[in-house]
Amino acid sequence: MLVPALYLSVALFVIGTLGVIVRRNAIIIFLCIELQLNAVNLAFVALSRYTGIEGQLYVFFVMTVAAAEAAVGLAIIISIFRHYETVDVDKFNLLKW
Amino acid sequence: MTDVLFVLFAVVATGGGIGVVTGRSPVASLLFMVATLASLAGIYVLFEAHFLAAIQVLVYAGAIMVLFLFVIMLLNLGHDYRADLKYGSWFLLSLVVVGLTAGVLVQGLMGTGEAGLRAGGAEVAAALDAAVVEKGAVGVIADPLFTDYVVAFELMGLLLLVAIVAAVVLAKPRDRKGGS
Repeated sequence: MLVPALYLSVALFVIGTLGVIVRRNAIIIFLCIELQLNAVNLAFVALSRYTGIEGQLYVFFVMTVAAAEAAVGLAIIISIFRHYETVDVDKFNLLKW
Repeated sequence: MTDVLFVLFAVVATGGGIGVVTGRSPVASLLFMVATLASLAGIYVLFEAHFLAAIQVLVYAGAIMVLFLFVIMLLNLGHDYRADLKYGSWFLLSLVVVGLTAGVLVQGLMGTGEAGLRAGGAEVAAALDAAVVEKGAVGVIADPLFTDYVVAFELMGLLLLVAIVAAVVLAKPRDRKGGS
């Protein structure tokens, strides 16, 4: 079951990457980043059966960082929405050349 | 039985992931994400990571997804049905990027091979199962967390504190009279 789990992890990571690139809604981009983090978590959990408990510990750390990232990121989205009245990332072009 | 369940959870997780990317409304994407997270929790159970499965459901599918839902409600995006997929050359470019990523990952996986991954796996798995029986599903994670990884654990707490302060500061309205 290890190798299928790693392939599933690759599939989820790639789907998340696709979402980050093709979507414009900032909240969905955030969801796709969470999907990528979860794909990596799955690989960690699957490999922890073969390398030891550390894999599960790293998943714990990743979840914490994901929670912090979601809190800060969503606060940034709220702040941007107040200013631009939209969450479409193509509209935030102040830093674009 | 385990394999059947794994395939079931894997199909739900992948379908949910595709739903997240293609969902028309942010709320629909979010609910697809919850399905993905729940089936990943099921897969964690199949890998005997019971504590992580519980945390996945409580923290991820519960707290973090509800935070997303609150923001969608707060910004009133629930009926935002505009198609926001980028089509055209951008979409082709992203497919190329994604295909290359998948190719590199799969090639790395095939290069390692099942034999390489399984080397010495059985003893580790048996030791893990014995530790779970001895200390319990929580204790087996808590033990290294509070001994070998205690610095990382404390830093994690500090990170959460910083994140809370940052979220409050960032989300606070700035244009009030007398405010700074």
